[in-house]
Amino acid sequence: MSYTEKQLKEELDNKSYEFGFVTDIESEKAPNGLNKDIIKLISTKKSEPDWLLNYRLKAFEIWQTMEEPNWAHVKYEKPDFQNISYYSAPKKKKELKSLDEVDPELLKTMEKLGISIEEQKKLSGVAVDFVMDSVSVATSFKEKLGELGIIFCSFSEAVKNHPELVKKYMGTVIPFTDNYYAALNSAVFSDGSFCYIPKGVKCPMELSTYFRINESGTGQFERTLLIADESSYVSYLEGCTAPQRDENQLHAAVVELIALDQAEIKYSTVQNWYPGDDKGLGGVYNFVTKRGICGYRSKISWTQVETGSAVTWKYPSCILKGNFSIGEFYSVAVTNNFQQADTGTKMIHVGKNTKSTIISKGISAGKSQNSYRGLVKIGKGATNSRNFSQCDSLLMTDQCGAHTFPYIECENSSATVEHEATTSKIGEDQLFYCLQRGISEEKAISLIVNGYAKEVLNKLPMEFAVEAQKLLEISLEGSVG
Amino acid sequence: MKELLVEIKDLECKIGDQEILKGVNLKVNKGEVHAIMGPNGSGKSTLSSVLAGNDNYEITEGSISFLGEDITEMSPEERSWKGMFLAFQYPIEIPGVSNINFLRTALNERNKFFGDDPIPAKDFLKMVAEKSGLVGLDNRLKNRSVNEGFSGGEKKRNEIFQMAMLNPKLSILDETDSGLDIDALKTVANGVNKLKSAENATIVITHYQRLLDYIVPDFVHVLNDGKIIKSGDKNLALELEKKGYDWLTGNTTK
Ligand SMILES: Nc1ncnc2c1ncn2[C@@H]1O[C@H](COP(=O)(O)OP(=O)(O)O)[C@@H](O)[C@H]1O
Ligand SMILES: [Mg+2]
Repeated sequence: MSYTEKQLKEELDNKSYEFGFVTDIESEKAPNGLNKDIIKLISTKKSEPDWLLNYRLKAFEIWQTMEEPNWAHVKYEKPDFQNISYYSAPKKKKELKSLDEVDPELLKTMEKLGISIEEQKKLSGVAVDFVMDSVSVATSFKEKLGELGIIFCSFSEAVKNHPELVKKYMGTVIPFTDNYYAALNSAVFSDGSFCYIPKGVKCPMELSTYFRINESGTGQFERTLLIADESSYVSYLEGCTAPQRDENQLHAAVVELIALDQAEIKYSTVQNWYPGDDKGLGGVYNFVTKRGICGYRSKISWTQVETGSAVTWKYPSCILKGNFSIGEFYSVAVTNNFQQADTGTKMIHVGKNTKSTIISKGISAGKSQNSYRGLVKIGKGATNSRNFSQCDSLLMTDQCGAHTFPYIECENSSATVEHEATTSKIGEDQLFYCLQRGISEEKAISLIVNGYAKEVLNKLPMEFAVEAQKLLEISLEGSVG
Repeated sequence: MKELLVEIKDLECKIGDQEILKGVNLKVNKGEVHAIMGPNGSGKSTLSSVLAGNDNYEITEGSISFLGEDITEMSPEERSWKGMFLAFQYPIEIPGVSNINFLRTALNERNKFFGDDPIPAKDFLKMVAEKSGLVGLDNRLKNRSVNEGFSGGEKKRNEIFQMAMLNPKLSILDETDSGLDIDALKTVANGVNKLKSAENATIVITHYQRLLDYIVPDFVHVLNDGKIIKSGDKNLALELEKKGYDWLTGNTTK
């Protein structure tokens, strides 16, 4: 058995990052550095209206007065924000009506990602908005969605075609004053996705966006705005993977969800940015601000499977403003080698009879550090509100770390807040049991880990669940020790 | 003609500084049932674990061969693929992994090793229905997580169910009878007997001769302090039942 483990280690050493390939497309790139002129350049390139340029400039001013936070349980070299290019776009830029017009290089990339468009087309029910670097290049199923009045497009298109919606909602859940990275994003965001579901419409298909960082040294600043109007429903999928890089790449996205009265939003993420190599070199810094606001009897569910990035700083949250609204957070976070993750959620109970559920499953391997950080806040007016939190940690080695930082602030005595936490080490006896039955170590780990994370994986839409399982397997190969 | 299935030669092993097996010799032919008895802590579970390839134990001396091949250094999964099965004294729980998924993975891993295709779902389910009937496994347990929340008896039945599914050449049953009431014992023994053939062999590890009324051994061995100190036929088990181990071990303390 020791022989097999050694073999596995070797294999892991030789194994380059699964998705570590680079798409060869010429791109137009802004010079490194961040100042007002660069922001104006971005805005001009995108032919933005004045109000948006002003928004960016205000955000930039605020950002300059802010300090990069360091309360998270992560250690990394702070990015040099003047050494990043804040804009890059594929050169051959034209409006695409059909998938046939998509650059063949891109199609190849998508195929490698396991989302060949051919397949996607057949997979009735999945509309793909593919974001390559900063500019959206392919959008499908738009017409079908259009018939229902659903808007699903790139953020830039939304600014052009639906400025009133963007203006009304952008920054209402996450103002640029919110935090350092949100301010940065607000100043320099390149593109992203926009989605609007009209009143009473149940979106008949999963909406899905794939993100990718492609240009060396290009920070990616995505912005997503999703509005579910009264009594509507949408399930939104976001997944990403990035090519291998030696230098660190910064990713600071902002995602805002608005669930108006009686609406429901299910937001699922599989995050697989390049995690760095087994010596802790390279990898993406993933500093994301995600938050949603719930109206009366509305519901927001965040489900995330986080396997990538060198450093993750991410807390998808819910503001439960409306009475009887519901917030949910289901998370699996895997860290291996030298990865560091500080992730969790905030559930802010404002309305009466609001309810939140938090299920977090951390899996740490190698020399990684995995932290859950969560806040449950019950406001004065949140009478009869309830929260249930469960935070489990699974350790694969003796050198990794799992940490839990649950914060509870309760200002209303009629509320119920429950918190449970467990930490366990993957059992040698479990492994031997599997091996004895002829299940190899790699498969055994995948079985055990997927079993452990099942509660969360079950919340993912079917096609994502399979991908997520595969990811867990890949991320933990040869990781027991 | 007897055909040799397993041969254990001068086997010694230790864990940390503690020597556990101190020179075990045993030959098992196809078609035979061997019982291994012995006091608590004599090394019975260790022997079964080492046979299955658990590398927590360091083999310091001797060898194990299986079907004519030296397997002393072979990985546990390969031993399994080649037909070795251990019914654990304390079956392990795997939360969130259904029994069915677990077994299908096991079978497909073996198929992969032999270059065969994965087992079709239909055939698999047919096999599950057939084999679970053999050991009277509650239908609901098949979809539950492996051993999680099973009673002691259910866990033991599940071990025999897995054995039936994997159809091994050598089955080692480590105290499968403990924790079973008499009816369960009969069902389990019945299952084991049905799986017996001229092509396979069984090593039954037990404390009590009770099980041996139902699974009748061809040979009985007494393991004490890491060595087989006496071998005989099934009457040895009856004798042990009457006299205890002390007359063999020379241990006079009560
Ligand atoms: N993993 C282990 N670590 C330390 N000692 C062990 C371990 N496994 C077995 N032993 C010791 O080896 C001896 C034999 O144990 P075991 O094989 O379980 O006996 P039996 O199954 O006959 O009751 C006992 O003294 C036991 O304490
Ligand atoms: Mg024992």
